[in-house]
Amino acid sequence: MPFEQLLIEGLAMGACYGLFGLAVIIIYKTSEVVNFAAGTMAMFSVYIAFHFITFYGFPFWVAFIASLIFAGLLGVFVEFFFLRPAKNPTLLGLIVITIGVQLLLAGLAGWKWGADQQAFSIPFSYQVTYKLLPGFVVSQWAVAVFIIAFIVVTILALFFKFTKIGTAMRATQQNKYAAKIMGIKTDRITAFSWAFSSVIGVTAAMLITARTILDPEFMMEPFLRAFAAAVLGGLMSIPGVLIGGGIVGLIENFFGYLSPAWKPITAFVIIVLVLCIRPSGLFAKHYVKKV
Amino acid sequence: MDMKRDYYEDIELFKSGTILFWSIVLLVALFVAPVFLSNYHLYLFNLIMVHVIVAVGLNILVGSTGQIALGHAGFFAIGAYGTVLLMTKLAIPFFPALIITAFIASFFGFILGLPALRLEGPYLAIATLAFGLAIMHVIGHMELFGGRQGLMAPTLDIGIPQLGLSWELWTEKSKYYLILIIAILMVLFAVNILKTRVGRAFVAIRDSDIAAEVIGVNLTIYKTLAFAVSAFYAGVAGGLFAFVLGFFDPFTFNLIISIIFLVMVVVGGLGSVMGSITGAALITYLWYDVFKNVDEVPVVGDILLAFSRKFLTASGIDNFNFVALGLVMIGIIIFEPLGIFGAWIRVKKYWKTWPF
Repeated sequence: MPFEQLLIEGLAMGACYGLFGLAVIIIYKTSEVVNFAAGTMAMFSVYIAFHFITFYGFPFWVAFIASLIFAGLLGVFVEFFFLRPAKNPTLLGLIVITIGVQLLLAGLAGWKWGADQQAFSIPFSYQVTYKLLPGFVVSQWAVAVFIIAFIVVTILALFFKFTKIGTAMRATQQNKYAAKIMGIKTDRITAFSWAFSSVIGVTAAMLITARTILDPEFMMEPFLRAFAAAVLGGLMSIPGVLIGGGIVGLIENFFGYLSPAWKPITAFVIIVLVLCIRPSGLFAKHYVKKV
Repeated sequence: MDMKRDYYEDIELFKSGTILFWSIVLLVALFVAPVFLSNYHLYLFNLIMVHVIVAVGLNILVGSTGQIALGHAGFFAIGAYGTVLLMTKLAIPFFPALIITAFIASFFGFILGLPALRLEGPYLAIATLAFGLAIMHVIGHMELFGGRQGLMAPTLDIGIPQLGLSWELWTEKSKYYLILIIAILMVLFAVNILKTRVGRAFVAIRDSDIAAEVIGVNLTIYKTLAFAVSAFYAGVAGGLFAFVLGFFDPFTFNLIISIIFLVMVVVGGLGSVMGSITGAALITYLWYDVFKNVDEVPVVGDILLAFSRKFLTASGIDNFNFVALGLVMIGIIIFEPLGIFGAWIRVKKYWKTWPF
């Protein structure tokens, strides 16, 4: 495969990881929870779309909208029933809860749809290719990924900047207690950010299904890569996670081309090395901890 | 109630006669148990004791030192593969092989502890998780480790066959006694290490690493030491696990196993050795026995089967395992963040001050 091809594919995959990483950091920024269930929540919502298409015969876009709505509700559900009741949880406690949600949803999906791979395709094919410049071949899927990623990021930027609820989310991120005093219902904001993150997550997961298969485990590895991308970007900044996603995607694609056997772990190894040098990611300001 | 008046009271192994009495009862019960148990239950007990060793070791790292570890399956795998390979390829007797492997595992723990010096919270979680995955992939891709086909454990020979002193353990019962004795030694070591200078340094790091550094705890030494000790436990347990299972492949040591280890410690109660033991026993029993064969449980199983036939798929009932474990994890943090140990303390307090 030529260099340009690897570059474009890597960037497209990186954009997917970046999008999914956004889902992780939106929750982390508002409530300091690392959502280990993000991948499984997205997987479950994709299965809802699959169910709509296969068993009820709806067209793709209707199923897609249904799965977005379901993802939003699922996010609120998880926040309201599983995270809110925990009183003063530690970081480890929060991690255990989200891993619990992950196992719960993975189990339910396996129970309902079985562990087999299912046929599920999105309208953007990986096989259809366009030739932009001589030597530059771009698949329809990659074009779709870039466009959707661009749209989502633009919407996010506008949303955080200009809408009331976006401003409230930023205020909650900066200081929860001050935001509460200013009359922001921070609990609702947290629930909303879970819904928001879940919706972005399922969008990314839909794009990722085009490159993998659909089974209850399929989002586990992409989630870990996306999480790694978010960590690389510092878990706090939106441009950071996109750049982190790009780096992870490129590393994975180039090293994966050189030695396919080690593809799953190269990204991780490099991230651990980066973390050793910059402990809180590439783009986060390192605050000195108060004693 | 729990006031210590001098140092010797703090370091004594049994705090009171009652505890001594019940500990002896428990030990006697454990030594007599094989007479009454079937082979399957002995296998389950072996599994429980192996997991007790891991949980006690992980508790030193997570509960006492306060570091998050999501990659203990990696050390566990090193233990299993190391012991078996040393015995089959280099023909080293069982006990030296087990100890050498445990030291190899603790060396890897030391290596993992180095980045942990600078990382905390979610960053440490991803680093340890990456370690666990990396070990699994390395083992799966190297011919030396049997690749994806896995490895067969040799006959468990605890003598020195090279000198003609063979002592082969065939039955589950004999393995039970071997694992029981090692488990007791490891637990005693864990209880004692927490009462020494090292253990107090661990606890100081958990409560506040900056304060600990200020009063003279060397973070570099003690954080890496915590990782190394914890990995040592996982290595020993892995070596025994190989013989309990008899056959294993890289996917035996997946992410789920790491999570289950963490759940054992959290469910048992962070920072308490007794809690880790009960947590490991409970979770192993639930995961490998009750939840796994939930359709054979009298009433509940029938209801679940009918339910899954109606709304889900009947063949997917194996997934109940995951659903139930997830609910246990969520429930324990919401209702009893200190785990079984916390519940025990509450009950004890209630009865000590009864009727007030």
